[in-house]
Amino acid sequence: MFPRPIQQASTGAQWLYTIALPIALLIWLFPLLGVALTSLRPASDLAQGNYFGMPSGIAWENYVFIFTQTPMAKYMINSLWVTIPTVIGAVSLSLMTGFALAVYGFRANMLVFFMFVAGNFVPFQILMVPVRDMTLQLGMYNTWYGLALFHIAFQTGFCTLFMRNFIKALPYELIEAARVEGVSEWRIFWFIVLPLMRPAIAALSVLVFTFIWNDFFWATVLTQGVDSQPITAGLSSLNGQWIAQWHLVSAGSIIAALPPVAMFFLMQKHFIAGLTLGAVK
Amino acid sequence: MAQASHTATIRRTGGRLSQRKIAPWLFLAPGLFMFTVYVLWPIVESVTLSFYDWNGLYNADGAFTGRFVGMGNYAELMRDPAFETSLWNNLKWLVLYMLALPIGLMIAIFLNQSVRGIRLYKSLFFFPFVISQVVVGLMFAWFYAPNFGLFFLLTEWITGKGTAILADPDLVTYGIIAAGLWPQIAYVMILYLTGLNNVAPDQIEAARLDGAKGWRMLWYVVLPQLRPATFIAVIVTVIGALRSFDLVSIMTKGGPFGESRVLSYYMFEMALGEYGFRMGYGAAIAVVLFLIMMVFISGFIWKMWRDETER
Repeated sequence: MFPRPIQQASTGAQWLYTIALPIALLIWLFPLLGVALTSLRPASDLAQGNYFGMPSGIAWENYVFIFTQTPMAKYMINSLWVTIPTVIGAVSLSLMTGFALAVYGFRANMLVFFMFVAGNFVPFQILMVPVRDMTLQLGMYNTWYGLALFHIAFQTGFCTLFMRNFIKALPYELIEAARVEGVSEWRIFWFIVLPLMRPAIAALSVLVFTFIWNDFFWATVLTQGVDSQPITAGLSSLNGQWIAQWHLVSAGSIIAALPPVAMFFLMQKHFIAGLTLGAVK
Repeated sequence: MAQASHTATIRRTGGRLSQRKIAPWLFLAPGLFMFTVYVLWPIVESVTLSFYDWNGLYNADGAFTGRFVGMGNYAELMRDPAFETSLWNNLKWLVLYMLALPIGLMIAIFLNQSVRGIRLYKSLFFFPFVISQVVVGLMFAWFYAPNFGLFFLLTEWITGKGTAILADPDLVTYGIIAAGLWPQIAYVMILYLTGLNNVAPDQIEAARLDGAKGWRMLWYVVLPQLRPATFIAVIVTVIGALRSFDLVSIMTKGGPFGESRVLSYYMFEMALGEYGFRMGYGAAIAVVLFLIMMVFISGFIWKMWRDETER
């Protein structure tokens, strides 16, 4: 193990490590903690310049205000309407593409695979004008499905890479054996491969959920107004209205950050397995 | 009878084989269709559009109103000082974002212990990556805020004069990059933590017996084993640096005086922002960004290709 386990170090070093851990964490999460505390500070404190002293009280009303006086709840629902179909769509499509690329040795295999991988890395701006134009032409501008369809297509690139590598790592004998038995290709996919894909599906679902929930660029390009804007774009426009009302900006930020954070904590193992794909041989 | 069942087998395996030829394309069809419509074709369209002058509108009868200008947009880019600023800022992003690698590695080494509660520490250190960049931008805007922001107070305490970094044309880009580094370091850290977990213990022990420790151990024994993690970290960091749109948009909108623009944001400003709807000009900026990105993408694909064919 590297570095040497702290248990083998002197008692002094062990103590130092035990103290250093929480201090390092506090410094690291400082912006987050500051904003979390500000979100609970009464507006009057900020008006009096009491930014970092003892708060005069805990102001849950900031959060009440966010939910009653601003469309934040609506923005969250809009976000869910985009995020959940995208997760389902991208995972389903990439299960099939990943299967095709992992199991069949046809000639264009590598070409198609690398096209998905490369497409996944292009800058969004090269897609922006045509995708926005197409979405407008199809009457899907400002709708959840206009945004979700784009996300499904784009995320399929990354998801295909993931699924294909996952299926490649499965024992190929399973598929061979089924073929000898005369099982059709579709049933091999459905009854043999799919049940083994659960960890991959879980990992990709949490990752795609987080990516899409946090997306800001496409939300700005393809939606407008309270009816369809997801929470990132909504928070940004509210931020424009709340100039220097930091207790509200903070509370709004915390609300927007909560769902992915909850998702991460609930599905931590899968989340990290998905992100670190390829980091070990 | 025997003959009949024999031909039946042949027919069946024949069907098998052709089924195996068609099946991959049926499985690929929906995904490939979506990807072509929304990713591949728009790239072609954007490149075409970059040779046109177009305000994004159509005639009443639905005809495209763009005017062909050849290399006109690119020629204009060469003379555009805002484009030059954006390009330089992108370079700053690229270079400084690479700091995420050593810092992420340091934190990963710091956390790679098995003491009580370490798992929770690791997850909390990873936190910034999970949060939306919009929220990260707002958090750092608060941190940098003039007069009461902690960064302002800190600089005031050290130098006697507070620095409002987001209002300072010379420093603004560095302020935004620092905000971007926060989640990026977290990502690199988690890559290295996974990598460290898989470092071969016998090699470490052998090197220890040979008297290797500290930096030498890290450099000669551990880092070579972390190569796959480093490779992925470089890729995601380069992409992160070139995709920097959210933070610029949230924290400064490219200001003050356009000094914090990057190509991705400048493109958006030109095509959809307050400067009007110059779709062709925006597309030209996007093509430049795309070409820069292509250098890195090709490198990545080339390495993956080698790994795949070696197997």
